[in-house]
Amino acid sequence: MNDLIAARSQMALSLGFHIVFACIGMTMPILMAYSEWKWIRTGKQVYIDLAKAWSQGVAIFFAVGAVSGTVLAFELGILFPEFMKHAGPIIGMPFSWEGTAFFVEAIALGIFLYGWNKLSKWMHWLSGVVVGIAGILSGIFVVSANAWMNCPAGFKWENGEAIDIDPVAAMFNTAWFQQALHMVLAAFIATAFAVAGVHAFLLLKNRKSLFHKTAVEMALIFGAIAALLQPLSGDISAKNVAKYQPAKLAAIEGLYKTEQPADFIIGGIPNDEKETVEFGLHIPGVLSYLAYGDFNAEVQGLDKFPKDEWPLVIVTNISFQIMIGIGMVLACTGLLFLLFKWRWRKVLDKNGWLRFIAFLTPLGFIAVEAGWIVTEVGRQPWIIYGVLKTKDAVSTMPGIQYSFYAITVMYVLLTAIIIWLLQRQIAEVDKNYPSAATHI
Amino acid sequence: MIFVIIFILSVSFLLYTLLGGADFGAGIIESFSGKKGEKVISKAMAPVWEANHVWLILAIVIIFTGFPVVYATLSLYLHIPLMIVLFGIIMRGSAFVFRYYDVSENRMHKYFSFFFKTSSFITPFFLGITLGAMMLGEITTINAGTFFGRFVHPWFNLFCATLGLFVTSLFAYVAAIFLVGEAEGGEQKKYIRLSKIFLFITFGVGGIVFLAGEMQSQHLFEGFFRSGLSITSFCIVVLIIPALFYYFNHPHSFYLRGLIALQVTFILLGWFALHYPVVVYLKDSEPLTFFNTAAPAATIDQLLIALFVGLLLIGPAFFFLFRVFKKSS
Repeated sequence: MNDLIAARSQMALSLGFHIVFACIGMTMPILMAYSEWKWIRTGKQVYIDLAKAWSQGVAIFFAVGAVSGTVLAFELGILFPEFMKHAGPIIGMPFSWEGTAFFVEAIALGIFLYGWNKLSKWMHWLSGVVVGIAGILSGIFVVSANAWMNCPAGFKWENGEAIDIDPVAAMFNTAWFQQALHMVLAAFIATAFAVAGVHAFLLLKNRKSLFHKTAVEMALIFGAIAALLQPLSGDISAKNVAKYQPAKLAAIEGLYKTEQPADFIIGGIPNDEKETVEFGLHIPGVLSYLAYGDFNAEVQGLDKFPKDEWPLVIVTNISFQIMIGIGMVLACTGLLFLLFKWRWRKVLDKNGWLRFIAFLTPLGFIAVEAGWIVTEVGRQPWIIYGVLKTKDAVSTMPGIQYSFYAITVMYVLLTAIIIWLLQRQIAEVDKNYPSAATHI
Repeated sequence: MIFVIIFILSVSFLLYTLLGGADFGAGIIESFSGKKGEKVISKAMAPVWEANHVWLILAIVIIFTGFPVVYATLSLYLHIPLMIVLFGIIMRGSAFVFRYYDVSENRMHKYFSFFFKTSSFITPFFLGITLGAMMLGEITTINAGTFFGRFVHPWFNLFCATLGLFVTSLFAYVAAIFLVGEAEGGEQKKYIRLSKIFLFITFGVGGIVFLAGEMQSQHLFEGFFRSGLSITSFCIVVLIIPALFYYFNHPHSFYLRGLIALQVTFILLGWFALHYPVVVYLKDSEPLTFFNTAAPAATIDQLLIALFVGLLLIGPAFFFLFRVFKKSS
């Protein structure tokens, strides 16, 4: 394994690991605060039980998220020192805001997790809301730094140095809004559907549990709304990528040759040698429309770029298809859920529906991972799009693969332990929370 | 403007040494305090440990935004010790929450405790090694020579190792004093005894750091005697010891904590005075200072705004957190 691949793999693994915890850290505080709010308003035991049971699990996720995030702050430099040397002064600003937001989040979380009996109800609830808002803000700031790598702004590049740095312009680059929106919604979708899925699974085992039934419905409300908004955010993203990162769009779509109008291809496998997508279903003109809002627009293909500046088409394309496929399934599920809730409430109690929801548990997170692969692999070979190549930014220390192997072992081990701990918590829910054993 | 940034960076560094240090140290102390100690330590740490460690993130962000060349240089040449620090940080935080949040005791806890304790020792040791490498000036930026010479030798040596030990024992010392206020009766006596032991170890190792420095032609003594601020700081550090002993005999958590905070502040100030404005000494080029590595003014201004707003929010929030949880003690 060469050092560039090792460094990229280590970064990918570290980000891929952290993002799961980051999503949970953004969403769960809001879910818990919502549940606590319902408890304060209605006085029903089940709501406070849910908030408390969730907070037990969240404490573990949050801590692992915090440490894996600290690791990332170091790894940016350890793996890509040349990148941080140039990027630090330009995108340090969102990172410093992120630091602030994360600080507030960590403090408020301490108060929320340990202050159940030490604060008034509303103060406690407020600390939960602060955790959620600070979590979402820190997510937005970090994504804005990533957006800058995709759409660099706020500096001039001369002789391999950045001059005329404007950190505000860098932070509010052309991609920050669409990426931040897309990520926050994705966090809510992935986490809410996973929570609903786990509780649906438990409800199938204990069909009378008010606790699990309430949890499924509460989580699905959040998941459904976010999943229905996501296609709109995706549309904003597509138009942005078409305009500012045409090579990425071409790789996403496996569009080897510039076309006017361009077809949207569903499914299929891109073939770099034949420069075509095999076995896909072509829908004429739709890509032109999605990218530019015009069925006859020209869409740039990879032929407009030198071959050494192509991203890995097959990885970008397949990841994109996975993300879109899952997004569609979850959006439709969300729509059905709202429909059933409004009209055919009985359906929500059927075993089939619960099995389906349980089946969806991991899908949102798979889509999040796939989406990040699209963004990151789709930007290659650049680390700062059009400015600095990843191979020129990577650490010059030989033997990075050993760091990568070690961190892989560590993360695999942690994942296994977390699953084990979570499963232990779930097994004890009925014992520890009165409403979990209560029948409907 | 840049002076304000340097000041905030130093304060974050100090707070990390105190709060993060107490936290790492608690993990070291746990090795000497038995099963009861585990309970006291877990209970004292659980609500605050994450917030305590954010000071490190703050310091890192300030360094990579404000002094990018320092960050790039350290992270390239000190890849190995920094990776070990990272492993320590992940292992420690995870093992701690795994143990604390698991629903009931079981045999896995033994392993969680083991990892928690070992990483509580390893992480500060390698943080100290990293600091040592910044002071020692064996880092070479010339792209030639062996792997060992470029990426191992700058930190793998006697001086760095003694500094690693110093940081470790300092953290344990801070933690022991902090824990005096968290325990009562016989438990408390145990922490007082540990405080005294680690006080002696810390001062002993501190002396050895100076000797090891001489052996590797790092003339710490010479610099020390030339700097009025270093000498003054050292005198204050020493003068605090009798006061500490008074409160060891008449335990009072607030005064003990105040005194250790003061002592650590002056240890760091004395050290800071030796080096300022240098951040990293290099083997065959000019040292990196706060000034020759500073980011452009526009960046520094924005960083300052973010830090200022941040501290306005964080300060009161931190105060509230400690008030809620430390009221009882």
